Amino acid sequence: MDHLLSIEDLDADAIELILETAESLREIAERPIKKVPTLRGRTVCNLFLEDSTRTRISFEVASKRLSADVINFTAKGSSVSKGESFKDTALTLQAMGVDAVVVRSAAAGAPLQLTRWVDAHVINAGDGWHQHPTQALLDLFTMRRAHGRLEGLKVAVVGDVLHSRVARSEVQALRMVGADVTVVAPPTLMPPDPSAWDVPFTSTLDPVLADLDVLYVLRVQRERMHRQFFPSVREYRRHWGIDAERLARLPDHAIVMHPGPMNRGVEIAADVADEHEAIITDQVTNGIAVRMAVLYLLLGRDGAKETTDA
Amino acid sequence: MPELLLKGGRVLDPASRHDAVTDVRIVDGAIAEIASHLTADAPDAEVVDCAALWVTPGFVDLHTHLREPGFEDAEDIASGTAAAAAGGYTAVCAMANTDPVTDTAAVAHSVRRIGNEIGRADVFPVGSITRGLAGETLTEFGDLLRVAGVDFFSDDGKPVADPLVMRRALQYATAFDVVICNHAEDPSLTEDAQMNEGAMSSLLGLAGWPHEAEEIMIARDLILAAGVGARLHVPHVSTYGAVDLIRRAKAQGVTVTAEVTPHHLTLDDSLLGSYDANLKVNPPLRTSRDVAALRGALVDGTIDAVATDHAPHPPEQKDQEWHHAPCGMLGLETAFAVVLTELIEPGVIDALTAVARFTTGPARVRDVGEHGAGVAVGAAANLAVIDPEARWTVEGRRLHSRARNTPFEGRKLVGRPVHTLLRGRFTLRDGEVVA
Ligand SMILES: [Zn+2]
Repeated sequence: MDHLLSIEDLDADAIELILETAESLREIAERPIKKVPTLRGRTVCNLFLEDSTRTRISFEVASKRLSADVINFTAKGSSVSKGESFKDTALTLQAMGVDAVVVRSAAAGAPLQLTRWVDAHVINAGDGWHQHPTQALLDLFTMRRAHGRLEGLKVAVVGDVLHSRVARSEVQALRMVGADVTVVAPPTLMPPDPSAWDVPFTSTLDPVLADLDVLYVLRVQRERMHRQFFPSVREYRRHWGIDAERLARLPDHAIVMHPGPMNRGVEIAADVADEHEAIITDQVTNGIAVRMAVLYLLLGRDGAKETTDA
Repeated sequence: MPELLLKGGRVLDPASRHDAVTDVRIVDGAIAEIASHLTADAPDAEVVDCAALWVTPGFVDLHTHLREPGFEDAEDIASGTAAAAAGGYTAVCAMANTDPVTDTAAVAHSVRRIGNEIGRADVFPVGSITRGLAGETLTEFGDLLRVAGVDFFSDDGKPVADPLVMRRALQYATAFDVVICNHAEDPSLTEDAQMNEGAMSSLLGLAGWPHEAEEIMIARDLILAAGVGARLHVPHVSTYGAVDLIRRAKAQGVTVTAEVTPHHLTLDDSLLGSYDANLKVNPPLRTSRDVAALRGALVDGTIDAVATDHAPHPPEQKDQEWHHAPCGMLGLETAFAVVLTELIEPGVIDALTAVARFTTGPARVRDVGEHGAGVAVGAAANLAVIDPEARWTVEGRRLHSRARNTPFEGRKLVGRPVHTLLRGRFTLRDGEVVA
């Protein structure tokens, strides 16, 4: 594997390897000195063309714990900052000889396009509505820690599926490891041809709740609310929001997850959010371990590079 | 001008349904004689060996973006008509979305004049339906027709969204018997659309262009055109639903014509996983089901013409994120080869019918003067000579367009024009564009 662009680049074995690697790296976070020399001399560029402080910091911490040098390149808004095109930015990174580029972009496919211009390993940190593979991997990691297994796990992914790169990656990853996924969304927020996802879709949440192991709540993109995807927040909350009453219908062992940041009072009631804060914080910790694993697996084994750097 | 003798070519003339090996004598830019075993009359006559080659009427493109005036870094009339000559075209219709827009006789006149001066293909300017393509105020159809001979109007690139404006345009057009061509897209259904909406868009995470957006607009326009008795032309049809609408309207006697592009006949949205922006086009590449319907419609005549929608963009525009890249792809130089390779060779369509869709078909849609008339004695010698066996690989940088945004990059094609003749003069000779 040269890049991590999409969950589709992986298979069940590759996911298992990443999760196992993350497991062994997670304990570094519990040491007094949270650093190993594995990627010393390597340079990782965080190319964030769309705002995401949380994801950027997670990758930054992951890189630094592996002793890599980190360059942060952030450009808010479109592909172009100060008239510089995406391709020019890529060629600059190529000239600087970075070893890996962690790219976040509002444009679907941008990480794949980047691989045509740079020799570095490219890691997709979220592209448009398309993919966010490390989020899916850290979620799987979190689910496995909570339940001890992934195969056969009953998971519902609920909310704005249409616009969600997390949902796309999550559903693919869960299918790969043999989990039993159901997608719940208002019809207007389902993908145009759900059959392409090859999992059951429904618009009614309540019947799904009774025997879930994981309820995965997606963020409702507030900026889309006035576009008639649903009539009002009130209506959304009533039919697809997670409140105490719905929570009570989940089996005791079930966990509630959210990729964050949460819209309290929209897709998740404030008290529910607080109650499940713990696992969501856990997701953050696990995110670092999973991203360390991805960086290590992509970069840590480039033997040739090591000798030229010496 | 010396006499020219095309010897031993397979003459494919859709106008007379003639398909046989025959010689063609050209004198003073017109076809003087069509018969077997002709010998040169004039002492300085040139004999062109056409053995194993096809001789067809010069192609007519109803839908070309020449980009001049205003966007000459993408293409200009010189480079665009060079591409046309290389593709076997003798006439191209230049879309109006230039800067300034072709919404006055003056702009149309200058486009036509530059085309005449360059002489690689006749350029027929398309007038915009509304001033500045704003979709609000009609352009002066009558003046454009009277001064610059413009008989075809389109805001292509943008639909005329307001049904009242469209109705008035169609109604008003009947006074001059000109054709109205509306880019078929309901914009409220395609805001920010990036590709065909469907299974593939849902995997790629790109906002979709639903086929309904095209079909609703075509249905509306067909109803309006039928109501006022106007001539409607539907550009770049891309969905099976649109084909059905047009087929039904034709059966009911509505005066409607339609065109399809080579890319919509041969490519579908399953290719878009590469996020190669050269495949980004409006209307978008649809599904294999749509492709099959378009092919059927081309064969049975529901679709009258193959039109390229040749839309050059400079590389820096296409070398960016799919989301930001503009829509459009080159077409003139690959159109016939693509149809030959993908449709004629596999037997989807016969050669004579295919040639008709490049010549007599478009000529039926609008007046393109002496083009697309056929290979007949007395007709202007606007001809394409094609080597149906030529094997070549498409390389954007070697095409004559200023741009290189071809979706067929690297594709191996069969068939290529060797000569193009405009009124008996070579615009393409032995595969080289004549300056
Ligand atoms: Zn158009």
